[in-house]
Amino acid sequence: MIDKGKPRGMTIAELQKGYQDKCFSVKEVIQSCLQHINNLDNPIGAFITVCNETALEAAEKLDEGLGRGEDIGPLGGIPVAVKDNICTRNIRTTCASRMLEHFVPPYDATVIKLLKNAGAIVIGKTNMDEFAMGAASCTSAFKKIRNPWDFSKVPGGSSGGSAAALAAGFVPLALGSDTGGSIRQSASFCGVVGLKPTYGAVSRFGLVAFASSLDQIGPMTRTVEDCALAFSILKGRDPLDATSVEYDGVFDYANALDSGVKGLKIGIPGQCLEQVDEEIAESLLKAGRVYQESGVQVEWFSLPEMDLCPAAYLVISSAEAATGLAKYDGIRYGYCTEAANNPDLDGMIRRNRSEGFGEEVRRRIMLGTYVQREECSSYYQRAVSIRNKIKNAIEQAFKRFDLILTPTSPVLPFEPGDNKGYLYNEARLGRFTVMANLTGIPALSLPGGFSRAGLPIGLQLAGDYFSEDRLLRAAYCLEQRLGLFMQTACVEGDEA
Amino acid sequence: MIFETIIGLEIHVELKTSSKMFCACSTQFGARPNTNTCPVCMGMPGGLPTLNQEAVRLALRAGRALNCEINRVSRFNRKNYFYPDLPKGYQITQSELPLCENGYLDIELDESEKTETETTLGKDAPSRCIKRIRIARIHLEEDAGKLIHPENQPVTLVDYNRAGIPLIEIVTCPEAISPKAAVEFLKELKSIMEYTEVSDCRMEQGSLRCDVNVSIRKKGDEKLGTKVEIKNLNSFKEIQKALEWEQLRQQKLLRTSLPEQIIPETRRWDDIRGITVPMRAKDGARLGCIAPEPDLPLLDLNDSSMLHFLEESLPELGAQKRNRFVSRYGLSRYEADILTKSKQLADYYEDVVNNGAHPKEAANWILVELLRLWRMSEHREIPVAGQSLAELIMLVDEGEISRNAGKTVLSEMYETGKDPRDIINQKGLAQINSENEIKKIVEAVLDQNKNAAADYKKGSTKAAGYLMGQIMKAGEGRVNPNIAREILEDRLNKL
Ligand SMILES: [Zn+2]
Repeated sequence: MIDKGKPRGMTIAELQKGYQDKCFSVKEVIQSCLQHINNLDNPIGAFITVCNETALEAAEKLDEGLGRGEDIGPLGGIPVAVKDNICTRNIRTTCASRMLEHFVPPYDATVIKLLKNAGAIVIGKTNMDEFAMGAASCTSAFKKIRNPWDFSKVPGGSSGGSAAALAAGFVPLALGSDTGGSIRQSASFCGVVGLKPTYGAVSRFGLVAFASSLDQIGPMTRTVEDCALAFSILKGRDPLDATSVEYDGVFDYANALDSGVKGLKIGIPGQCLEQVDEEIAESLLKAGRVYQESGVQVEWFSLPEMDLCPAAYLVISSAEAATGLAKYDGIRYGYCTEAANNPDLDGMIRRNRSEGFGEEVRRRIMLGTYVQREECSSYYQRAVSIRNKIKNAIEQAFKRFDLILTPTSPVLPFEPGDNKGYLYNEARLGRFTVMANLTGIPALSLPGGFSRAGLPIGLQLAGDYFSEDRLLRAAYCLEQRLGLFMQTACVEGDEA
Repeated sequence: MIFETIIGLEIHVELKTSSKMFCACSTQFGARPNTNTCPVCMGMPGGLPTLNQEAVRLALRAGRALNCEINRVSRFNRKNYFYPDLPKGYQITQSELPLCENGYLDIELDESEKTETETTLGKDAPSRCIKRIRIARIHLEEDAGKLIHPENQPVTLVDYNRAGIPLIEIVTCPEAISPKAAVEFLKELKSIMEYTEVSDCRMEQGSLRCDVNVSIRKKGDEKLGTKVEIKNLNSFKEIQKALEWEQLRQQKLLRTSLPEQIIPETRRWDDIRGITVPMRAKDGARLGCIAPEPDLPLLDLNDSSMLHFLEESLPELGAQKRNRFVSRYGLSRYEADILTKSKQLADYYEDVVNNGAHPKEAANWILVELLRLWRMSEHREIPVAGQSLAELIMLVDEGEISRNAGKTVLSEMYETGKDPRDIINQKGLAQINSENEIKKIVEAVLDQNKNAAADYKKGSTKAAGYLMGQIMKAGEGRVNPNIAREILEDRLNKL
């Protein structure tokens, strides 16, 4: 299998089976995985750091365990790509920013600890929009990311590197972070599955904050089944994150998926057909039909509050980013200007921040600082009141429906350079996704089809708080019925 | 023109917790620089704050001791400013919705203080009064790190051991009080914080810090004058001096009709020159915005894990203890007052009493002898164990040694920490109680002082006193004076 370029493109479930049947060792899998990344990632740019040595060391240890007949954990020997805004002990964590270019955390994020305890192996750190600010992965300070399905297109953002690594078949599992749709939008552009869990379901300790009240770490995979397995490992309260909570729902991932969707009620907001790419709308309608055929009650309804979300998101996320990124002054760590011996302290901090942060980050810090000035506080207050309004609207909606189905993105993957990924456009592109961040509900993007030009189309399912179980079950049904899962983009230079 | 001084105080009190406000780092004072730190209090990427429950408990205690309303739900904010001592670029504090509000503390102003205040106001003074100082709010916040400027070196060092140490800020309402009254308030506040074990209140270690706001207005004016803030006040004495100086400065400007020269500013107390000077803009970091703190949920006391903090009974406060000392131990108000000024001394007194000393005698020994020794020494703790002092007092009461010898023994105990009996034996200080021995001494003295004895016979009472003195001298102060007096009188009357 390995000779033919496999296990590239294998899922978690397939790798586990392979280990069980002793088709390959962990070391062989990790070696092959590293080899693919090192050979093929150059045009894609999915990785900022590849952990060649540490990943092989971890693999050897697991093989020893396997040799002794030990249980190597629910994710034993599974390579995982980690978005570079999640801290990894002794592995550079840059946030794709000059500011943290050489920052090596002395600690693991809680999710990394959980993955390691489950036997997973961190294979590398993935490229992203700088500090996760962007929707096209165009703001990385180091390199652009190309969409493996079409190199002329962006992979979505800000978790573009994680999504591209999955689409290229480098890894079966990646971590992303989602502040306004970062996991889901990049999953949608790259034709993979991405889950933004309920706010508080997964610890944020060790996630470099963009906007703390919106940020959430989530798994990205190629199948819904893998996504469910990864989520079952990641969820749970963390004493190090005061906003994390005991998982308040049933989550029995092994049985969750097969129990079917019959009798579920899914609502589709009418707004989803307005100003949406025609081919995306078609996929949405098709999914609706598939659900109906599966015994789901599908209804259209109106959710006008959805259109208020982007503006509120823009204000709140920028405001939180402005204070959250205040710690980067270049004094204790991070970028420090050449003129460090400048006796003027203010000047030094100003230069560290002006030179260390990219344009997009600076733009948002300025916006966020502006909306929080006393004389401008009405912007912020209005954003907060919209947030409450949308929360109420969502609560009402979930009294009628079990799930809400929408496209993930209103547009297909686009070409970089037209500024679509920036500030206001990010919010507009997040028309369907930011709602879940503002309210804290879980939402998942899964492949819903391909455009005639062969670009992936993503569909989003959103559920009530702590209903990941139902969400994954419904996604699994659609995935199986559409038969789209496990497709891997063909990357040039591929030996196949 | 009659002026009125309006004073507001902002007091930062370091809470006596073992770990920091938002992480598990130790709060130990004096540790090697930057050893009590972690990713959270160093403001590293991905660090998140978690609230120290013990800090909440102590802040609630402070709030209740200061008669505050407790907000069942309070909230944290980020106060933004850039300064190297602030690792996150913001301080986590409670700006919008503090834990405690609307409290007060009654202080007693003595007569001289009253006169002083009232002279300024030009009115007749009532003799003694209680002044209620209103407390606007008490909120939780974290301390910043410490900048160190080594001499003769062009560098600034930062120690983050203090960053994240839990504090409460107590803010008083502006009140028309004198500088001395302000300090009285602070002393009473300090005593309460110590009694409730909220804080050590060690000003020299910075665990109690105070900034003051001063404004002057014409008596009778409704509107407050321009407020000036003074920082860098390191002792109660300096606070009083700074307030007095600033009061005078503003009064002068008002008298010379230059009120526009009083500008709302922050001034620094220069304790060497004894004046307040405007702070350079750099000294006070520029305040940015106050923002919500999304990393911490609302502090909700209705939460089951918090409810018991509200039901916790308060430790006895200074004023309560003072009253109890008067009624239970029969002390004078003055004695009780001094003994309860600090919790340490009050606890010591009760220790001595509980070890068997007569309450009134114990108060006497502590207030007169022990405090004198303590004030002259460098000791932070009283080096004489309560049990030892009790033993000494009982030895004097039982006549084992004389009161004077007792004082000598106490000095020795204070110096060496030795047991009183050992010192008495070693120095041969035990009192002479044997009638035969005393008789011998009396006879010898009478032999040597025949004239005095003759004077006594003629009716001179002075002569008796003189003879007693000679007897004590001959016995090196160890003669039991009561027995000696009886024998002497008996002998003289038989002459
Ligand atoms: Zn710490």
